[in-house]
Amino acid sequence: MGEEGRKTPLYDEHVALGARMVDFAGWQMPVQYAGIIEEHTAVRDAVGIFDVSHMGEFRVFGFEAKDALQRIFTNDLDRIDDLGTALYTVMCDEDGGIIDDLIVYHTGDLEYLIVVNAANREVDWDWITAHLPETVEAVDESDRTALIAVQGPEALAVIGELAGGGWEPPARFAIGEATLGSTPVLVARTGYTGEDGVEIVCHESHAVGIWRALLSFPQVAPCGLGARDTLRLEMGYPLYGSDMDRGTDPVTAGLGWVVPKAKTGYIGAGAIARVREAGRTRALVGVTVGEGVPRHGYPVLREGVEVGKVASGTFSPTLGHGIATAYVPVELSAPGTELEIGIRRKVVPAVVAKPPFVKTTSLSAVGS
Amino acid sequence: MYPKELKYDREHEWVRMDGDVATIGISDFAQDQLGEVVYVDLPSVGDVVSTGESFGEVESVKSVSELFSPVSGEIVEVNSELDDAPELVNNDSYGDGWMIKVKVDNLSEVDALMDADSYEAYLAEEA
Repeated sequence: MGEEGRKTPLYDEHVALGARMVDFAGWQMPVQYAGIIEEHTAVRDAVGIFDVSHMGEFRVFGFEAKDALQRIFTNDLDRIDDLGTALYTVMCDEDGGIIDDLIVYHTGDLEYLIVVNAANREVDWDWITAHLPETVEAVDESDRTALIAVQGPEALAVIGELAGGGWEPPARFAIGEATLGSTPVLVARTGYTGEDGVEIVCHESHAVGIWRALLSFPQVAPCGLGARDTLRLEMGYPLYGSDMDRGTDPVTAGLGWVVPKAKTGYIGAGAIARVREAGRTRALVGVTVGEGVPRHGYPVLREGVEVGKVASGTFSPTLGHGIATAYVPVELSAPGTELEIGIRRKVVPAVVAKPPFVKTTSLSAVGS
Repeated sequence: MYPKELKYDREHEWVRMDGDVATIGISDFAQDQLGEVVYVDLPSVGDVVSTGESFGEVESVKSVSELFSPVSGEIVEVNSELDDAPELVNNDSYGDGWMIKVKVDNLSEVDALMDADSYEAYLAEEA
């Protein structure tokens, strides 16, 4: 039996919709409703909604908030000097090991909203607060905050109807206030699917009302963690715990783009600079297969010799074949390199491919 | 959804007899548990299967299940339609979603399988 997992404010809604519930990071979450492939397709073709209220939200404010966060995050907060803009970054320890990947929103003067992975909520809170000076305050808003993602080519149209006339959607990677029906929320034009869309941040007491309002549109499909994983992997978006962990540095993980070379003075900078100078020995690459579904931990081979392991793997509903990420020696990381993946009793041919695996989405039209 | 003319085993395979040839597939319960099937890995005509041993795999996005043979004998036909249309396993699990046909060595093995009522009772007990 075991301990019951934590529940988001939308738990009863998922059960009423017939969702298959699973444990994820200690939370009882919907893995699917109608089916993973059906939900995935709904997001690529129309609009799907996801309960991601299990994630953590921290608000950090004070005169030195920006400086404090500059020391904790690898990416440069100068990029979000404009109010209402957002930044994807990682947070590393002194050895350059990734503690988590997260998004920072510049929500107010001297104020930032940080959204972190559910699995790392406690670790991230302890780490961030341990590195804040006394003049900077942090509030853990996770328990009172719900987060609903609305993703797909028709997502903005649905939000526009709920927000009413006079509301302009934020620009890509920006966040702003909105009133949905009569409920004040924040709407961030961010997401984890590769489609255009938003993430709605609201008080947990309003989550059910907003979820039901979204589902009142017949084109909106409820989508679970299964589809969330196939959608993000088609885009090559990393998943902490699968593609990287505390033992991985961001350069090796292919996240050098959120670790600007010109920035110094943050935790892990020295270790990361040393990896850059020496040159990485391994790299996280994308891989496609023609048959079978690669899964986490399956061996990756080159001419019969094991050279690495699958990090993330799944079946791509859009492409109709298996896709994966894997750490391989950097000499084997060029797109087109021929490898093999051991899928249980078989060895299947595989090819290194640069993500995104799916090149055209509603977002590639907008520009991320 | 458990047709009365079929027999079932504890691994959720069904058997339809025609003379001494058994057509084998997976039950509605099994396909629902798996979710949308993306690959079915089956043996070849001429291969020999043994009762209780694995004869292949059925795979969905999130899971892989082994297929266990309810009978012993030689495989006389394999459903090649499942290569291009694995979703037949979900949509027509007792019909076009069939997987293999086996010339059964010992028909008493089939008699020992569960009938539809026993299989339903077994499922109720499993849940």
